[in-house]
Amino acid sequence: MRYLITGGSVLTESGPEDVDVEFVDGSVTRLEAGIQPDEHQVIDATDSWVGPGFFDLHTHLREPGQEWKEDIASGMAAAIAGGFTSVVAMPNTDPVIDAGHLARQITRHEPIRVIPSGAVTLGQEGTQLAHLDDLWAAGVRLFTDDGYTVADAGLLRRAMEYVAQLGGLVAQHAEDPGLCRNGHMHEGSVSSRLGITGLPAAGEEVIIARDLKLVELTGCRYHIQHASTAATVELIRSAKHAGLPVTAEVTPHHLMLDHREVESMDPVYKMYPPLRTPDDVDALRAALVDGTIDAVGTDHAPHAAFEKDVTFEEAPRGIVGLETAASIVRAAVELDQTSFFERMAIAPGGVLGEAAGPIVVGSSDLVVFDPEAEWTFDRPRSKSANSPWLNQRLKGTVTQVFTRSGLVSTDEEGES
Amino acid sequence: MRDLLSVDDLDRAAIEDLLDLGDDFVEVLGRDVPKVPALRGKTIGLMFYEPSTRTRLSFDRAAKALSADVLTFTVGGSSVSKGESLKDTALTLKAMGPHLMVVRHRATGAPWRVRDWTALPVVNAGDGAHQHPTQALLDLLTLRRHFGKVDGLRVAIVGDIRHSRVARSLAGSLQTMGSSVTLVAPSTLLPIHVESWEVDTAGGIDQVLGEVDVVYLLRIQTERGGGEVFPSVAEYVSRFGLTRRRADLLPADSVVMHPGPMNRGVEIDPQVADGPRALVTHQVSNGIAVRMAVLFRLLTSEVPE
Ligand SMILES: [Zn+2]
Repeated sequence: MRYLITGGSVLTESGPEDVDVEFVDGSVTRLEAGIQPDEHQVIDATDSWVGPGFFDLHTHLREPGQEWKEDIASGMAAAIAGGFTSVVAMPNTDPVIDAGHLARQITRHEPIRVIPSGAVTLGQEGTQLAHLDDLWAAGVRLFTDDGYTVADAGLLRRAMEYVAQLGGLVAQHAEDPGLCRNGHMHEGSVSSRLGITGLPAAGEEVIIARDLKLVELTGCRYHIQHASTAATVELIRSAKHAGLPVTAEVTPHHLMLDHREVESMDPVYKMYPPLRTPDDVDALRAALVDGTIDAVGTDHAPHAAFEKDVTFEEAPRGIVGLETAASIVRAAVELDQTSFFERMAIAPGGVLGEAAGPIVVGSSDLVVFDPEAEWTFDRPRSKSANSPWLNQRLKGTVTQVFTRSGLVSTDEEGES
Repeated sequence: MRDLLSVDDLDRAAIEDLLDLGDDFVEVLGRDVPKVPALRGKTIGLMFYEPSTRTRLSFDRAAKALSADVLTFTVGGSSVSKGESLKDTALTLKAMGPHLMVVRHRATGAPWRVRDWTALPVVNAGDGAHQHPTQALLDLLTLRRHFGKVDGLRVAIVGDIRHSRVARSLAGSLQTMGSSVTLVAPSTLLPIHVESWEVDTAGGIDQVLGEVDVVYLLRIQTERGGGEVFPSVAEYVSRFGLTRRRADLLPADSVVMHPGPMNRGVEIDPQVADGPRALVTHQVSNGIAVRMAVLFRLLTSEVPE
């Protein structure tokens, strides 16, 4: 199939340009103004942004082991609906992705890419190194015990030394187990009123501060997952200033919501790290704009309705995020087209060492995003619907997604 | 009023109304036949997910004194051990036709969830460390019957405030009623972000003894004293226990309260617990009256006889 995308603002190597894009057999074949339709399916992208497909550093696909929440197929469908052409699958499945054959099992190249990450420790148990060489050979570049923190500094140091030599990076879900034990929400005025044990901001910050010392010691590339506090932002800023090989991501929900939402005691607002204070939200927004935080990572965390239909403290943590990420980021932060694609696609790809750049002849991953068009999030492609934005009207609509498989997005009727 | 979930939902007039009604039911409970037909034909569902015999008995007694029928679900020998969810249990109980649910659960917000799932009126009988509004109302009724008013009383709440739904409900409703509240506890048992409570705090009971009308003691979970949140029970008692010597320093007309069950010899000296200042047994009997008031208010629009 030959496609011609016309009228859009295309993110090229020299910035946004009003050019047409011809996409044939899985890649961009021409990139110039005034291409005449010739047996093309023409896509009118007037008022839309055209740029590299979004790249998610933080997706929970739940396969293998928890397919009632999500599986790779439904997760990919949700990703496509959200404009993502690559997602990094977190290793906290059952079994944990701590060896190469497991990583190979969940790797996909079409219709979008599913890139496995690997555990740092065997079974994410925090005691022994996972099969790091084996994972590396299977294509794993990012190692994380996400969901848990590698709490033992000596073990993390050895993991960092090992991964640095391989050329990969270690990513940390920062939550000090002593400070955060039994915690369910941000420790603050709201948790105080509700009598719910909190996770203090310091529980995140002490781990990151410590880890940054280990980055100095080992030289390992280090990625901070779902940064959530203003002091974390300051730690990242000074680490980058000091020239440490550090990157960071923030979730759409931490850019948009704060802990006052939990006054409702609705389990949909339970996630780790927890929703923080309005001051933290402001600091995260500013950090994403100025690049202190490199990337948006969704922390897409599907849970079935029955699992969330319990009390707040008993509920599992996390919300789905792939399908709403672009809209929420657009609503939370003022970003121009270049910066928007930088944070949603180019920088996250760069964290993984991928050449996710502007659109050039030969590009395969491409999204058409109308930043003003409204839509309603009422038909999740994910198996799960645990989102604060379910059935809400959102601004910023993904209209088409292209990959090496061609046009992979579905229209309103579900047809390809 | 449709539900009673939190004291935050009650303004001063609503509290006064329930206390007035509570006074009426204290009178009813003193009669030869301590029973009125006010809720005949009504059924009250009791969902108790925690071993809390006294609160459950109090609601049971209150419902029956109003001639209501009672459906009781407690954890012991129930399907909870088989893993049935709170929602399924609530819907099962609802199918048996109660007009109102009374819910006690270890997790914050459970009564709100039950209200949303069943669409029945719900009374919160204690959720997590969050709220226990009928306990607060019975304490206010006890204070008002003793002092003639609640406004202006100086109340020290002493003990594990951080993990206490009693303290949260009581402090909030005392503030609504115009009392002044001081929280007295080791800093590890004061609420996180206590400044947001807009109350005074003290790091030892001696600091408040001379200037309080009410010492409200909370049960100390002695297992927390194994060095987890305070070094030892003995050290707790040395700074926060209401000993006889300390009780002697209280103003002459001050009172001592405790929601029970008491740890005699820990937060309260045994003789103080049984002494003339202690209002503990009044709290228990007023608890039945105030729960009658709440059930009556939620299930009728009539005035009591
Ligand atoms: Zn995480």
